[in-house]
Amino acid sequence: MHIEEAPALRIDIDRDVCIGAGQCALTAPRVFTQDDDGFSMLLPGREDGGGDPMVRQAARACPVGAITVTEAAR
Amino acid sequence: MTELTESTDRARTDEPVAFPQDRSCPYHPPTGYDALRERRPLAPITLFDGSPAWLVTGHAAARALLSDARLSTDRTRPGFPAPTARFAAVRDRRIALLGVDDPRHRTQRRMMVPSFTLKRASELRPAIQGIVDGRLDAMIAQGPPAELVSAFALPVPSRVICALLGVPYADHEFFEAQSRRLLRGPEPADSLKARERLETYLGGLLDRKRAQREPGDGILDELVHQRWREGETDRAELVSLAVILLVAGHETTANMISLGTYTLLRHPERLAELRADPTLLPAAVEELMRMLSIADGLLRMATEDIEVDGTTIRAGEGVLFATSVINRDASVYPEPDMLDWHRPARHHVAFGFGIHQCLGQNLARAEMEIALGTLFHRLPGLRLAAPPEEIPFKPGDTIQGMLELPVSW
Repeated sequence: MHIEEAPALRIDIDRDVCIGAGQCALTAPRVFTQDDDGFSMLLPGREDGGGDPMVRQAARACPVGAITVTEAAR
Repeated sequence: MTELTESTDRARTDEPVAFPQDRSCPYHPPTGYDALRERRPLAPITLFDGSPAWLVTGHAAARALLSDARLSTDRTRPGFPAPTARFAAVRDRRIALLGVDDPRHRTQRRMMVPSFTLKRASELRPAIQGIVDGRLDAMIAQGPPAELVSAFALPVPSRVICALLGVPYADHEFFEAQSRRLLRGPEPADSLKARERLETYLGGLLDRKRAQREPGDGILDELVHQRWREGETDRAELVSLAVILLVAGHETTANMISLGTYTLLRHPERLAELRADPTLLPAAVEELMRMLSIADGLLRMATEDIEVDGTTIRAGEGVLFATSVINRDASVYPEPDMLDWHRPARHHVAFGFGIHQCLGQNLARAEMEIALGTLFHRLPGLRLAAPPEEIPFKPGDTIQGMLELPVSW
C-alpha cells in the first residue's frame, strides 16, 4: 500500500480584491491569517498549503474570490 | 388531457410569486415559497406595490450574482426595488456600506475592517462572556419564568455593540426603540422619523467625541479622531456608518439568539447532542444561520443586462435574494429542511456574499456561540413557557426573529 502525499499547492491572494472578511482564516486557520489591516495573508511556512485539506474550502469561502489555488509544478 | 394538464401546470408555476411573505413556522421559509424551491435559480416575483422583480433562488447563481459588479446596491437609483412601503420611504438616501457601490464602498469597508477581524472578535470573547453571564445572573435572580427577548437576546448584543462602538448603553431604550421603528414601522413615516432621530442622536455623539481631547476607546472614537479629523471621511458619512453599525450590530444578532433558542427547544434531540458535545457549537451556529436565514430578501438592481441560466435580467430590473430558499438548495444541502450539526453548512449565504458580505460576521459568530452555549449550559431545564404555536414572531417583511420568547427552567 502506498500513501499519496498531499500535493504542494500554489496559493495566490489578490490583496486588491480582498475585503478582509476573514473567511479564509476561519476555514483554514493553519494556513491563512489576517494582518492588522484585516487583509488575508499566508502563515509563514504554509505558502504551499502545508497539506491542509481545507485550503480549497477556504478559497471557496472567500466572498470575493480573492484566493486562487493551483497545484504547484514539481 | 394529459397535455392540457401539463400546460396548465406550467402556466401556473410560471406565475410570479408575491414577495416577501410571512413565515408560518419561524424557522422555515414561508409555505408560499414552496413553488420557488422548484424554480431555481431564478423566478419572477411581485413586490408589495405590484411591481415585478426577479428572485434568486439557486445557491450557485446567488454566489455568482452577489459577486457581480453589474448588480448595484445603491437604493437611490431610480427603480431600485422596494420590498415594503417603509423601505420605499427611506430609499432616498444611500446608507453607508450596504447601500454604496464600489469604489466608495471599498474605501468605507477598508476603514472598518481592522475593527472586525477574526482576531478582534476573539479578543472580545471574554467581554462578551462577561455580558452574557451578567444578563443570565439577572434573569435567573428574577425568575423563572422570563421573557427571553427582553431579558437576554436583545440586551446581550446591544451591550456588546455599545461597548465596541463607544455608544453609552444608558441610551439603549432610545436606540433600540428607534431601530425597531426603522425596521418594522408600523407606518412608512415612522421609519423615516426613526432614521432622523438616530442620525440626530449619533451625529451629536460624534460631535461630542470630536470635541474630546482624549479620545475614548470605541470604534466611533477611532473613526472620529483618525479618519474624520484627517479628512478621510466627513460627518455625514460617519453618521450613516454609525447608524448602520449600531442597528445592524444589535437587531440581527438579537434575532438569531431568540430564534436560535426557539429552534433548539423545538429540536430536543439536536439540543441534547449539542449539550453532550459542546465542540459542535461552531458548526451548530453555522447550521442555525443556514436554517434560519433571518435576513431573507437581499436587494440589488441590475445596471446592465445579465444572462442567468438562459434568462436575461434586463438593466434596470430589481433582483432580490431569498436567503431562506437559497440556503435550502438541495443540490448543495441534502435534506435541506433537517437541522444537522454534521453537515458542512459553510458556504451558506445567510451573511450575504460578495463585497457586501456582513462586516460583523466574526463578531456575530462569537456572540451567538457564547450566548447560546452559556444559556443552555447554565439552564439545563430551559423550556418554552407557552404553547410553541402561540409564541409570536416577526412578519415576513423585516428581519426574522421572535417578538417574544416566554421561557421557564
